Amino acid sequence: MALPMESPISFANVGHVRWWRRGFFNSQTAYVTFALLVLLVVMHFASPYFFTEGNVQNVAKNFSFIAIAALGVTFVIITGGIDLSVGSMMCLSAMVTSMVMTGLSTPGMPGASLFVHIAADGKTAAANVPGLILIVSVLAGLGTALVVGFVNGFCIAVFGLSPFVTTLGMLSIVRGLGYVISNGRGSFPGGPDAGYFYALTSGDVLGIPAPFIYLVILAAVMAVVLHHTTFGRHVFALGGNEKAAELTGIPVVRVKIEVYVICAMAAGLQGIIVSGWLGSAPANMATSYELNVIAAAVIGGANLAGGIGGPLGAIVGCVLLEVIRNGLVLAQVNSYWQQALVGVIIILAVLVDRIRSRMM
Amino acid sequence: MVDAAAAGQPVLELTGIGKDFGAIRALHGMDIQIFPGEVVGLMGDNGAGKSTLVKIIAGNFAPSHGEIRFEGKTVHFHRPVDARAVGIEVVYQDLALADNLTAAANVFLGRELQRSFGPFHFLDHKAMAARALELFGELRSETRPQHLVKQMSGGQRQAVAIARTRLSNAKLVMMDEPTAAISVRQVEQVLSLIHRLKEQGVAVMLISHRMPDVFAVCDRVVVMRRGEKKADRPIRDTSPEEVTALITGAKETA
Repeated sequence: MALPMESPISFANVGHVRWWRRGFFNSQTAYVTFALLVLLVVMHFASPYFFTEGNVQNVAKNFSFIAIAALGVTFVIITGGIDLSVGSMMCLSAMVTSMVMTGLSTPGMPGASLFVHIAADGKTAAANVPGLILIVSVLAGLGTALVVGFVNGFCIAVFGLSPFVTTLGMLSIVRGLGYVISNGRGSFPGGPDAGYFYALTSGDVLGIPAPFIYLVILAAVMAVVLHHTTFGRHVFALGGNEKAAELTGIPVVRVKIEVYVICAMAAGLQGIIVSGWLGSAPANMATSYELNVIAAAVIGGANLAGGIGGPLGAIVGCVLLEVIRNGLVLAQVNSYWQQALVGVIIILAVLVDRIRSRMM
Repeated sequence: MVDAAAAGQPVLELTGIGKDFGAIRALHGMDIQIFPGEVVGLMGDNGAGKSTLVKIIAGNFAPSHGEIRFEGKTVHFHRPVDARAVGIEVVYQDLALADNLTAAANVFLGRELQRSFGPFHFLDHKAMAARALELFGELRSETRPQHLVKQMSGGQRQAVAIARTRLSNAKLVMMDEPTAAISVRQVEQVLSLIHRLKEQGVAVMLISHRMPDVFAVCDRVVVMRRGEKKADRPIRDTSPEEVTALITGAKETA
């Protein structure tokens, strides 16, 4: 029932916002990206080793080890929540994956007869399709993450608990469960499929580290989901004004549960990848990684108050942290300085954003 | 002016609606009928029960007593979405906007237009921006669909909130203080919009403190005091002085 227009609308009083003051250019992500580029140039002149192939590969690999989890936590941060359990989740998923893989590959273990048998030469061999054990064990690891994420989301969305407290508790629960199932020992991915596992997690394609490839794919998917789907729109709306989201009929509870599940599964996947690079899943793996992950997301422009953030910011945050770490190593600065510097950068990034938004 | 009796079936009919919050009786024995194409002003001092009544009709919470009939059928709203599904749109006083999203995104919040590519559904940004611009044009508001609500003036924000009610085929639009925070020129625009809704046969319930606005657009005024209806009369049979007296309690009932 369109109403007739009396005259076409004019924008006499409302100009266009200039291009550098809107969209991407008007974000913390933009100037942190700019700072990163400057830093890269400085590093290039400061150290001849920085842009060598080996070092760049190393940096790419290292930041990929937290960046996937940072993508996940960015979803949660955009809704105005937080997930402190990502570090523990990385450990538990990695542990479950390697334990399932080892278990299914050991004749005599429950369920193993479906997957392996003892070959004529006395070695264990895969009984059916190669790679099946790998798929089952990775699904087991991700399934664990799904359950944990669901519990997080359910407590927060349905019972209305604070995200900080819920996930702080979950940090402890998940880490505890990791110690319980492993009895405090590390576990090692083993069996006929271990080769595939290492190839997929710590291998590379044409010199590009595998984790980096996963990161780029996931970030691209995330960008599309956030900006071009209803779900993404609702995630932003939830962070912008939760009451408005509720009133306009957005399924707030469902969206909240979904973001915590996504976050936990991203952390789980990250843990599985890291364990492939480490060659094992020790029970103290990824301890306090949640702080690095959240720090990276926040440096990259995700706003803890909700409503702002994106995949590019999460990755830029991770790269910035890693380049600085790498730079300090190349400059032969005592590595204990790293942590202090990371803290300074977090505060600096948020401070600059505050000053900038005051000036506008 | 629509004659209430001649308009036939009321679009909304409340009988004996009451609401208790613990020991507090916020609303008691409210009977109201609203007919299609009628503009009803709901007036009362702070704490008179206006907001409670609006929230009950909008489905924010259920009444403790009484019955709501919409187009002749008894309805029970559990959530705001239920009320919207039958054709009740609300412009909330705080506007219920997400600051971090664009005007177009806010207009379509919760009912985004989508395009499908195989099994995937993506937002149809272009169609939403075009429709939003059309709606802002109808409201005569200089609001660009792609601008963030964060950067908008009070009037533009109001336009975004009102544009939202125009998306669906609403039968009853409730406006909670739509003219409280905007400029004189924009008040004119909102009032002319109310006239247009009325021409379309949409019933409007205007909750306002501003006496001139109510007398400019309403067919009927309902006055509430201390959770009860104190007066319900055609605007031509009353005066601002009388309504003020009824609101303050200087005059007990009409």
